[in-house]
Amino acid sequence: MSGLLRICTAGSVDDGKSTLIGRLLYDSRAVYEDQLHSVQKASRNRTAGPIDFSLFTDGLRAEREQGITIDVAYRYFATARRKFILADTPGHEQYTRNMATGASTADVAILLVDARHGVRVQSRRHAQIARLLGIRDYVLAVNKMDLIDFDRTVFEDIVDEFDRILPNANLHPIPISALHGDNVITRSERTPWFDGMSLLQFLETVQVDRDVSGKPFRMPVQLVLRPTHEFRGYAGQILSGMVRPGDLVSAWPGGRSTRVKRIVTWDGDLEVASAGQSVTLTLEDEVDISRGDLLSVGEIEVGQRFRADVVWMDERPLDPGRVYLLKHTTKTVTAEVDHALVLNQIGSVGIQTARPIIFDRYAENRGTGSFILIDPATNFTSGAGMIAEPIRERSGAAASRPSAAERLARVARSAGNDADAVEAVRKALEELLS
Amino acid sequence: MREVVAEFERPVMLYSIGKDSSVLLRLAQKAFYPGPIPFPLLHIDTTYKFREMIEFRDRYVAEIGARLIVHTNSEAIAEGTQPFLVGTKACCGALKTKSLLDALEAGNYDAAFGGARRDEERSRAKERIFSLRDPNGQWDPKNQRPELWQLLNARIRPGESIRVFPLSNWTEIDVWSYIHSESIPVVPLYFAREREVVVRGEALISLEQPFVPLMPGEQPQKIMCRMRSLGCSPCTGAVRSDADTVPKIIAELVAAKNSERQLRIIDHDQDGSMELKKREGYF
Repeated sequence: MSGLLRICTAGSVDDGKSTLIGRLLYDSRAVYEDQLHSVQKASRNRTAGPIDFSLFTDGLRAEREQGITIDVAYRYFATARRKFILADTPGHEQYTRNMATGASTADVAILLVDARHGVRVQSRRHAQIARLLGIRDYVLAVNKMDLIDFDRTVFEDIVDEFDRILPNANLHPIPISALHGDNVITRSERTPWFDGMSLLQFLETVQVDRDVSGKPFRMPVQLVLRPTHEFRGYAGQILSGMVRPGDLVSAWPGGRSTRVKRIVTWDGDLEVASAGQSVTLTLEDEVDISRGDLLSVGEIEVGQRFRADVVWMDERPLDPGRVYLLKHTTKTVTAEVDHALVLNQIGSVGIQTARPIIFDRYAENRGTGSFILIDPATNFTSGAGMIAEPIRERSGAAASRPSAAERLARVARSAGNDADAVEAVRKALEELLS
Repeated sequence: MREVVAEFERPVMLYSIGKDSSVLLRLAQKAFYPGPIPFPLLHIDTTYKFREMIEFRDRYVAEIGARLIVHTNSEAIAEGTQPFLVGTKACCGALKTKSLLDALEAGNYDAAFGGARRDEERSRAKERIFSLRDPNGQWDPKNQRPELWQLLNARIRPGESIRVFPLSNWTEIDVWSYIHSESIPVVPLYFAREREVVVRGEALISLEQPFVPLMPGEQPQKIMCRMRSLGCSPCTGAVRSDADTVPKIIAELVAAKNSERQLRIIDHDQDGSMELKKREGYF
């Protein structure tokens, strides 16, 4: 899938995001005629114009009825030059978590702003989330330019403000009208003062830095394959770097080193495998490795305490008195967080896991630097975290770390009555032992 | 797929015999090589599938040595359920959705792979890769778990299950390109050939099932055509086409104006009908 570009979109309600995407799909012919007919039919039932482009993307009935986008919708289109996966993420405030979801896998973010309203709280917030999730390239699409007579000053003021919100980012501002198509596919004659590319031209040509093959080798073990007594293979997806037979790798958390014997695949053994590929490795030595362990080359962090930026996505607030499940690569451990957070809040928190995890800083490696927090009571994916840095134990500090018993006592204290306390301790114990 | 096998007790793959299922099977062969596919295949047979599909299924599954379970809602068939008698909505409900839910419950499966792709239909565009189903097999699109990076939450409560969609981010052209580059066998119905059909609106309908009525003025005729999507023969229309090889199909798709599900009559019985079916438990 070379040449694939992953895009996410962000903006406030009514900035015209769905209309812009519908326009991109329609004009790049990714919308099929029968879908167009079904949308034309639906447009007549509502009050929108001749073709309501947003109906291509607002897939759920509730969204069509309320006229807002409430969940991430993935769209696929291709031009002669490139393939695109677009995550259409909602602008409505209560669904900010979906913005983080869309941004987590995107190369480029399209930030949409209504020219009449300028930069609003939501636009600022979405830009910050995209930044936090590691996106470097942004399109600032200033929409509804037709409603302000394509006024250059208004456009430039918005661009200046975004330069301050996203310092040092690659920001590519484009004045557009999604409804009429100005500067979406081709350059518009109505903005003679604008000398940049149209939105599609930019997306077709932007070079994104996604070369994770150049980083140190990391492969979390998903599964140990033992079809026969003679064969023992470690299956996983390479998160970064490359691997060749004969390479010296470390098996964590033990840290024992051994050499790669074969890279086994259905299509035959490989001479080299790189980031993104799912492979099965066999090793020279008998090493005790199971799911959740990690094979790597080069320095890596091993520890139970670190600082992280967490986006909270659950209506139930993050409770520092509770124990959560933390899923990192293919490993799930129990964890405690030292700060409370509420829905859609982003915070820098300290995290302590019950067992060590093997990680990198998110800024260095998205794959080994990211994790999710799962509420064991509801199983909801409540938080998304990006590891900022390890917290080193000072000598003697280890003694001040709460023991399992102290933590259980804390869980019990935070309960409202005895019955709740019994239940909370029972659950926490199960989590600790599972 | 490896993630599911590692995290769930009883996975199963829903095998529809279509091109997406063929790709899914190949991915499963690859994921667990040199071992065998560590889960069974489940086919929900409405008994109205094309004959060529069933022949292909039995031959191919035996050839690759996979374990196949076939489930049919025999009660509904015995009652004479068919689309022209009870309507497409009730027919799908009984023979596909109910049959699927019964089979999943009977097998006590906690994870079911499907070949659905987000590019197929609007409500599928919002589907997760790990999609939670309540104990009744139903989908709640408003309460979905966020999926960030590649971290998939596999926690479920007793009775709940997940549907897994490994091909979520593939498009129809990706599927055909992969079939081509990997030389994956598919049902011959996908390739153009002269077939006896009746012209009904834009669809070419097969008369394989004896209960398909002829409308006034309709005459069976031989037309060069192929299927873009496979389903039950009375409800799946063929398209006029000369594409009799995979490269010709890809070339045809690049130039295509209509989406693949256009001739799936069941998608169009009301606006938003796929979402309603999905909420009830359909794929």
